[in-house]
Amino acid sequence: MSLQANPNFWHLPRNAALHGHALDTHLLLNLWIALALLAFAHIVLLAGVAIRNRTTRPHNKTLLEYLPLAALTLLFFGLAVRAQQLWAAQRYTGADLSAMQVEVTGMQFAWYFRYPGPDAAFGNTKLSLASAAEGNPLGLDPDDPYGRDDIVSSQLVLPAGREVDLTLRAQDVIHGFSVPEMRLKQNAVPGQTVHIHFTPQTPGDYAILCTQVCGLGHYRMNATMHVVPQADFAAWLAAHEAKP
Amino acid sequence: MSATHHRTIGFGYLAISLIAVVIGTLLSLAMRLHLTWPNWPLPLHGPILPEEYLALVTMHGTLMLFFVLTVAPQSGFGNLILPSQIGARRMAFPCLNALSLYLTVASLITLLAATFVPGGGPIGGWTAYPPLSSTPLAGPGQGYGMDCWLAAIAMFSIASTISAVNTLTTIVKLRCEGMTWERLPLTVWGWFTAALLSVLAFSVLLAALLLLFCDRHLHTAFFLPSQELINGVLLQHRGDGSPLLWLHLFWFFGHPEVYIAILPGMGLTSMVIANFAHRRVFAYHLMIATTLLIGFLGILVWGHHMFVAGLNPFAGTAFSISTIAIAIPASAKVLSWLATLWRSKPELATPMLFALGFVSLFITGGLSGPILAQPILDEYLHNTFFVVAHFHLIMAMAGVFGLFCATYYWAPILFHRRLSEPLGKLHFWGTILGAYSTFLPMHLTGLAGEPRHYAQLTGITPAASSLLQSTLPLQRHITASAIFLACAQLPFLLNLILTLRRTAEAAENPWQATTLEWSPYADSQQPEEAPVVHHGPCHYSASGREFLTQWSTETTFQTEPE
Repeated sequence: MSLQANPNFWHLPRNAALHGHALDTHLLLNLWIALALLAFAHIVLLAGVAIRNRTTRPHNKTLLEYLPLAALTLLFFGLAVRAQQLWAAQRYTGADLSAMQVEVTGMQFAWYFRYPGPDAAFGNTKLSLASAAEGNPLGLDPDDPYGRDDIVSSQLVLPAGREVDLTLRAQDVIHGFSVPEMRLKQNAVPGQTVHIHFTPQTPGDYAILCTQVCGLGHYRMNATMHVVPQADFAAWLAAHEAKP
Repeated sequence: MSATHHRTIGFGYLAISLIAVVIGTLLSLAMRLHLTWPNWPLPLHGPILPEEYLALVTMHGTLMLFFVLTVAPQSGFGNLILPSQIGARRMAFPCLNALSLYLTVASLITLLAATFVPGGGPIGGWTAYPPLSSTPLAGPGQGYGMDCWLAAIAMFSIASTISAVNTLTTIVKLRCEGMTWERLPLTVWGWFTAALLSVLAFSVLLAALLLLFCDRHLHTAFFLPSQELINGVLLQHRGDGSPLLWLHLFWFFGHPEVYIAILPGMGLTSMVIANFAHRRVFAYHLMIATTLLIGFLGILVWGHHMFVAGLNPFAGTAFSISTIAIAIPASAKVLSWLATLWRSKPELATPMLFALGFVSLFITGGLSGPILAQPILDEYLHNTFFVVAHFHLIMAMAGVFGLFCATYYWAPILFHRRLSEPLGKLHFWGTILGAYSTFLPMHLTGLAGEPRHYAQLTGITPAASSLLQSTLPLQRHITASAIFLACAQLPFLLNLILTLRRTAEAAENPWQATTLEWSPYADSQQPEEAPVVHHGPCHYSASGREFLTQWSTETTFQTEPE
């Protein structure tokens, strides 16, 4: 049974991120082990119920209880150690210094994405200035020179193959930033910034979902991540940098 | 029976749960129908709006978690059976006991009233994360509806704490002569551990609810940052708090809460399996130890609900280890059940079927636990239907199977009649089939990416629609199965009605049980009939044909060694 040959048995969507393959392999390993244990335990359960052959007690407690328990402990901790390696690789350190910086802001019921522009620095924002109706949903401060070249977009456009460092924020309530095809999920919490980094690999359009209930429009708080080849991204960036 | 008699109070709690479970089930069917066919008009109401969908989710979760899975096993059967199982004539504090029942009734009424106040019921789910739950600006239902919810759950917390103190005192002080801690049935250990957890968990919840009330009405900011912009209104707070504090406090309550819901069922399952297999519980002392260990570890694992909430990633590692650790005592329990059953060919009466169903659901729901305990996998699975499948199997379905097992098993004590076996078996097979058919496919829709709390899966952005499209055939299957599962409960209701209409036939100890609640003097108030316990529970002869009750004075055969 090959784990990778038949991922659709488990209905997993395609993976488009660099770290996704290792995550999928570990997830499928877990799922198959759980399925095998499920089947085995039920066979023992049903056999015990169906067969009558009372043996003299006492049973060997070491054999029946402690040995299987030790085996399960080893198994679970083995899986946990592997998961821990993957978690540490993704979360214990920040993004590479050369990673692209994008800020993600969640608000009822939309995502906004901000690029720092040619000066490679984000300008200040003030909640008191924020107004989607006035074309300034993030509250960019017009007095801050760093903010003048910032690009604010409702789509997350990213070049394939380059690491991205996302800075997550929320204006109002907690939102969940999730891109299933990038095997990525992290909550955006008001009053706090959270970083998450990853490398999109395969060009394509991917759904960005809100995965933390945030109000009546929760289900439609979606956006799209466009992963494009490097050259197309450079062209997109140039077009947006030229606009203001 | 007087109003402060524990049996009266126990039936009162079961009545609350019955009302809550009927409403909660109907709400879940409305949710399923809306999720599958978003334009489906609810009779007498019309199409369900997104905020109404979320109000349904919130009410369903709150009713089921608090008023069914906490009330029925712990307060309901805890009052009906626990005193006679330890040879006590009453609960330690009968008046406080009645008070907590009345508070629970008031709590249920207040919760249901939330639906009818301006703005409707709250929409933030049973976890009520701020800032969504801290201001009416955040959405309909977050004004008066949320206040009703807070008041209801605060009353519930007080009632549960009082009730838990009562249970603990009763077990510690009122055990009859000879009922040593080692001879306590495992059900009593389940109630005991759940009561310990209740005292800890509900006091923390009550504190959190008070702080949230202050944030809502007294301009504090325990859970709120200094500035937020909600619905176009800039809110300035004097303090600078964090929503994560609520998550910590809530889940410090919330995770022990799920053990409160399941521990009595685990204890009952152990006893019923031993009863019908005519054997000792395999590794009885280990079962006591694992019950306490699950309780202890249960208060150390709350952070696994917060792997992607914005905690330090090292915290994720720590909570992952404590969560994986709890799988070990849980596995020990399963091994004991399997070993007790092994080659026993028990009589498959309805209570036994539900106990076996409990074991099956506990295994199936439990095996996805260690998967979700790995932060890197939870990063993909968090808040998807995979999690919904996990907790519905291990907590909701296993918990409900524990309740059905209790009802069929103890019916001769509760109603002085056995429930009908053919109807009971029909009920069992329909329920287990419906449960698996409903909740197993949710693992797959979750793996496909379906998030929780989505009012609809179509009519959203093209990328999201095409991602979730693949789950639509399964959605229809799940909805049909949920309707089947609900209908499978009709034989149970019919069984209750038909049985209660029959004349009472007081069969003494029909299951050949060994525990004290089956003693002919269990309900006697005569001092000379005070129970005395001479043995531990579940003593059978090696052939399984003879049994020794806890109250027998003489041993006529060689009991099976442990």
